[in-house]
Amino acid sequence: MDLALAPETLARWQFGITTVYHFLFVPLTISLAALTAGLQTAWVRSEKEKYLRATKFWGKLFLINIAMGVVTGIVQEFQFGMNWSDYSRFVGDVFGAPLAFEALIAFFFESTFIGLWIFGWDKLPKKIHLACIWMVSIGTILSAYFILAANSWMQHPVGYRINEERGRAELTDFWLVLTQNTALTQFFHTITAAFLVGGAFMAGIAAFHLARKKHIPVMRSSLRLGLIVMIIAGMGTAISGDLLGKVMYKQQPMKMAAAEALWDGEAPAPFSVFAYGDVDKGHNKVAIEIPGLLSFLANDDFTSFVPGINDVNKAQQEKFGPGDYRPNIAVAYWGFRWMIGFGMASLGIGALGLWLTRKRFMLPPGLRTGEDEVPHLVLFRKALSPRFANLYWVVALWTMGFPLIANSWGWIFTEMGRQPWVVYGVLRTRDAVSPNVSQGEVLTSMIGFTLLYAVLAVIEVKLLVKYVKAGPPELTEADLNPPTKIGGDDKNPDRPMAFSY
Amino acid sequence: MQLHDVWFVLIAVLWIGYFFLEGFDFGVGVLTKLLARDRTEKRVLINTIGPVWDGNEVWLLTAGGATFAAFPDWYATLFSGFYLPLLLILVCLIIRGVAFEYRHKRPEDKWQTNWEHAIFWTSLIPAFLWGVAFANIVRGVKIDQDKEYVGTFLDLLNVYSILGGLVTLTLFTFHGAVFTSLKTVGDIRVRSRRLATRLGAVTAVLALVFLIWTQLSRGDGKSLIAMAIAVAALLGAVGLNLAGREGWSFALSGITIAAAVAMLFLTLFPNVMPSSLNDAWSLTVTNASSSAYTLKIMTWCAGVATPLVMLYQGWTYWVFRKRIGTQHIVDVH
Repeated sequence: MDLALAPETLARWQFGITTVYHFLFVPLTISLAALTAGLQTAWVRSEKEKYLRATKFWGKLFLINIAMGVVTGIVQEFQFGMNWSDYSRFVGDVFGAPLAFEALIAFFFESTFIGLWIFGWDKLPKKIHLACIWMVSIGTILSAYFILAANSWMQHPVGYRINEERGRAELTDFWLVLTQNTALTQFFHTITAAFLVGGAFMAGIAAFHLARKKHIPVMRSSLRLGLIVMIIAGMGTAISGDLLGKVMYKQQPMKMAAAEALWDGEAPAPFSVFAYGDVDKGHNKVAIEIPGLLSFLANDDFTSFVPGINDVNKAQQEKFGPGDYRPNIAVAYWGFRWMIGFGMASLGIGALGLWLTRKRFMLPPGLRTGEDEVPHLVLFRKALSPRFANLYWVVALWTMGFPLIANSWGWIFTEMGRQPWVVYGVLRTRDAVSPNVSQGEVLTSMIGFTLLYAVLAVIEVKLLVKYVKAGPPELTEADLNPPTKIGGDDKNPDRPMAFSY
Repeated sequence: MQLHDVWFVLIAVLWIGYFFLEGFDFGVGVLTKLLARDRTEKRVLINTIGPVWDGNEVWLLTAGGATFAAFPDWYATLFSGFYLPLLLILVCLIIRGVAFEYRHKRPEDKWQTNWEHAIFWTSLIPAFLWGVAFANIVRGVKIDQDKEYVGTFLDLLNVYSILGGLVTLTLFTFHGAVFTSLKTVGDIRVRSRRLATRLGAVTAVLALVFLIWTQLSRGDGKSLIAMAIAVAALLGAVGLNLAGREGWSFALSGITIAAAVAMLFLTLFPNVMPSSLNDAWSLTVTNASSSAYTLKIMTWCAGVATPLVMLYQGWTYWVFRKRIGTQHIVDVH
């Protein structure tokens, strides 16, 4: 059969498309849930109206986004069985458990409390209503933890044995699956990356409004919150990325060698800045390198040996039999660079923004601004000219997309870098597909989901733009006087709902 | 009773939870065309399930995830085998979720009308297809010695399974109508009750034929008891609806669903997916289940989490216990 249309290829494309798409919404959902909860907490504690307006504004964008995250997540729960039935049979005993935990513990939490939060403004006392959004936030983070533990097991299988008779992997230590260092570092890395998305989203939209001198008090606070989150999360991603890199050098040397296009092992090993390789000949044609840095990234020193692609390939051939154990080197190499490049650019732009809009620190007193003024952008002692100031606001707006690009490439890199394995060292991807599903069926579902997702993307982005432009809502009497009883205060039985679909 | 038997029961419980809860919200979706006279009435209907539909749907995800963990082969065979119907269900659930959240977000008439069509069709189609799927599971499908489904899409369409689909569709719509009369106030409540009577009669005829067919071809003593409960509860639900006892009628339409699903699972046991080619090739609670260790962990998790879920989901229904009518609907964009 034509390899380009082989069920395995199609199933991989479908998984790639639906999962990368799903993961555009996931990090924004995780971070915006927590940020919205934080803003609502600020409202409940300080009673400053700007925080309630901010809560309603970001909350609305959060809801538009989570709707897509939830529905595209349904596909993920069933896709393993549909396209990857041999995978499901082989790993279900191990891999199914964290998935079931995720549904039972995290999904119920999220979905139930989100309903309470959306419809609960006039039904729940202030603090209970606030607790609901925190529950949603906890749900999103727990969900991330379980699914990352499951994915980490594919990256580095532990706590299992192979049952030859049943021809499958069986769980022997669930605790180890949940707490192995791959799971912990991946969780750390993914969550910080998620907050980088949310921080950049918030800062970008706040910049958009501030550049137009609109909704200043709300957007000023939002900008600051967004920028601070960007910096903390950005540094968190860098630290956790370094940790995860070291873990991966030990667990999947091939992935990391591919990330560096390091064909033959070296001691000390250089970090590649740019390379253009000839895969067939197994070497690079062009390479610009920083000596010793790769040894540091892998082993914390500048001298040690780092194995190359050809070394690992040979070692795997000896261990697992003849075959090509190299992933797509170009995707791994460039995916790794796009991930780091876009991620760190967001951190830099965030740090620059926080410096430019600083409130007091080394800021001449004449340039300090009040709550309802757009902050001056001050590089050293003088405010930037309107042209440069505007340039920063535009850059901040574009930066909204950067962490999303970084997140997507991070996943493409780590999943494609594991190939040809679906469970590293245990099960090959080509042995994981559904043997009984026809080419036509996979093609139908792949095209179907792609078209549907494309249409929904257009609808979603247009809605987001509409609600971003509308800005924070004006507050009503009802907003400022939340009920004191659960179920709402019963003064007028015909009072309209605070929110209805 | 071994752990894999416990898990057979738990999977049944998850499906019962799903069909009980999403059953009425599928029904409400269907009623947006059957019952509502204008947009405001449609919105009354949608808002009766507004705060809860998402939580209801998680019962499906949990049933899926738990089947993956407790019976990997069942999960693999079922979802790779029933590929196209499942694909259609997934597409419907995607559109449906977005439709609820996005319909009110733009004022344009065309926008809202399109999403309203979507809500109707994406409620109706899964309500029908779940019945088709379960009827096929009970009837037995072409499964070979490697536990693979080797039939085609057309094999899944037969008189028995289509009847099964019609039963779930009408039963869920009836359940939804009873729910609507319990949750609304004003004219729509009265009409919903009237419609429920008619829907109940149609459901009773179809369900009776389907359940007796199932009992005669695959039943035993236990399934007969479940069937008797289902039939009695259904007739009781129709009668109580006539008498205007909305709460009790809803409880009984829920019991009908629970007992009918229980009956299907009882006719399956100890199979989980019988093979129509050779009895020895059927998937059973033993040859499709996970190891004892995995089942033990899963039992702990489900034992703690499920009651908690029921508790806080129940609390949600209590928070939103007030009836709603056209006067409660506001324009928000």
